[in-house]
Amino acid sequence: MDDLSAVGTPVRTMLPILDVRNVTKRFAFGNESIAALSDATLRIEKGEFACLIGPSGCGKSTLLRMVGGFETPSEGALLMWGKPVAGPGPDRGMVFQDYGLFPWLTVAQNVGFGPAARGRPKAEVAATAKRFVDTVGLTRFADAYPHQLSGGMKQRVAIARVLANDAEVVLMDEPFGALDAFTRERLQAELLEIWARTKLTVIFVTHAIEEAIILADRVVVMSPGPGRIVADERIALARPRDPTSPEFNALRRHLSALLGGHHQWRQPRRW
Amino acid sequence: MSTLAGRGISPRQAMLAVAAPVLGLVAWHLSTSGRAFSLIPPPWDVAVQWWDLAFGGVWDDLYSATLLDHTLASLGRVYGGFALAALVALPLGMLIGRIAVVRDLLDPSLQILRPIPVTAWLPLAMIVFGIGPRSAFFLVFLGAFYPILLNTIFGVRSVEGRLFEAAAMLGVNRQAIFWKVVLPASLPSIFTGLRLGLGFAWVVIVVGEMTGVQTGLGAIIMEARQLSRTEIVIAGMVTIGLLGFVSDQLVQMLGRRLLRWSPQHG
Ligand SMILES: Nc1ncnc2c1ncn2[C@@H]1O[C@H](COP(=O)(O)OP(=O)(O)O)[C@@H](O)[C@H]1O
Ligand SMILES: [Mg+2]
Repeated sequence: MDDLSAVGTPVRTMLPILDVRNVTKRFAFGNESIAALSDATLRIEKGEFACLIGPSGCGKSTLLRMVGGFETPSEGALLMWGKPVAGPGPDRGMVFQDYGLFPWLTVAQNVGFGPAARGRPKAEVAATAKRFVDTVGLTRFADAYPHQLSGGMKQRVAIARVLANDAEVVLMDEPFGALDAFTRERLQAELLEIWARTKLTVIFVTHAIEEAIILADRVVVMSPGPGRIVADERIALARPRDPTSPEFNALRRHLSALLGGHHQWRQPRRW
Repeated sequence: MSTLAGRGISPRQAMLAVAAPVLGLVAWHLSTSGRAFSLIPPPWDVAVQWWDLAFGGVWDDLYSATLLDHTLASLGRVYGGFALAALVALPLGMLIGRIAVVRDLLDPSLQILRPIPVTAWLPLAMIVFGIGPRSAFFLVFLGAFYPILLNTIFGVRSVEGRLFEAAAMLGVNRQAIFWKVVLPASLPSIFTGLRLGLGFAWVVIVVGEMTGVQTGLGAIIMEARQLSRTEIVIAGMVTIGLLGFVSDQLVQMLGRRLLRWSPQHG
């Protein structure tokens, strides 16, 4: 983004925060290579909440991990603010399904890890950590270690950790997949609330249609063999969204059909 | 938060812990005392001998009131050899674990050296280091070295890949990864290695002190054996057992403090 600062912010606002251009990813498989993701194109605007949805194996994690900088595209380009993504960085915070917390650090230390690693002064690190520990409602557990927390609490720490690190884009790979329904609903609501307040850009991977409709501005539908993007739907419903409303149900049916009707026991449709 | 539920020992546990040695003592007593001739002295004789070794006033012979000197000599060798082993094995293990070239260079040789028992090194040690404390020191070092080395290698190699991703994503640069991720993540294994290493240092102290040293618990055990003073042999054994136990408890206490975060230690 430095090379654009000379041109000023107007140019920058015209760029999408993330620009995925014809990205293909192949993995070596024995002595063959298989395409996990084929020719994906996707533009994400700043502040958007996008959900990637699709059956398992369709390349959702692969796409997300490339945005995160953990994998490099085999073909195509992946740009953030117009600049190629080169490796992981604090501007793109990742929330892993298995949390990835540092077990030797307390909740507050985990949350302050990024600022501390980047050499921020001690007092500032502590203040930032405290602020985001409070944000995710873990004030009482600031000094607990990860092994003393429930799954939902661990995921809150993981979210606070990327928020505290001032990430512009938050990448979430089925973050609530391992949680019980009650905790999942609460965390969805909290996430939306934090997102509305901070105007973060969120890319959220899920395989649950309902979760995608509750959360997203946009649902990007993927399909396997090889993984590719088959649809990109806007969700215009006002939040909070009521899963029992007719509009919600219509969307659910629509997305289900896009996904190849797995949820309605229909034959896959060609797109 | 549910953990840290009492570290203390319940009365039941304490009773069970004491039961086995008491039974052993009784069996030992019944099978040795009141006999006209027994190669193994009864427990009471050993206790008296231990008292004399420690404080004198019973036999007043060459061995009376010498226990402290022998204990200090052995302690010095155990902790000295152990400290030196840690000093070498920790950095070496980290290098072998993290750097492929070092691993390819050293690992095969170490695999061959490792099965050689400390006892087998004794003659060579005495040729290289001479008769006396330096050989003893080397053998204790050797006993402590491999457990520390292997556990350190294991520790730094088995850091969860996810943690590297998390650190990179949060902005840790490559040079800081070792201090910020690898080292803390491998502390539980490293600690296990240190604990085993210290245990082995005590195990090999008798062999170590077969190198012709004058003082040390191992030295008096070997000397008393030649004089058929079996009470002294057993008194020395008991002392080593107790010291090893206390030393392990101290290490474990330290571990619980430092590794509070680890479910296995905290
Ligand atoms: N590191 C890897 N090496 C080889 N194959 C991989 C790797 N990561 C993913 N794949 C393959 O790529 C495909 C897409 O995987 P993934 O992106 O994890 O799917 P999803 O997250 O949608 O379930 C799968 O067939 C998977 O086996
Ligand atoms: Mg996945």
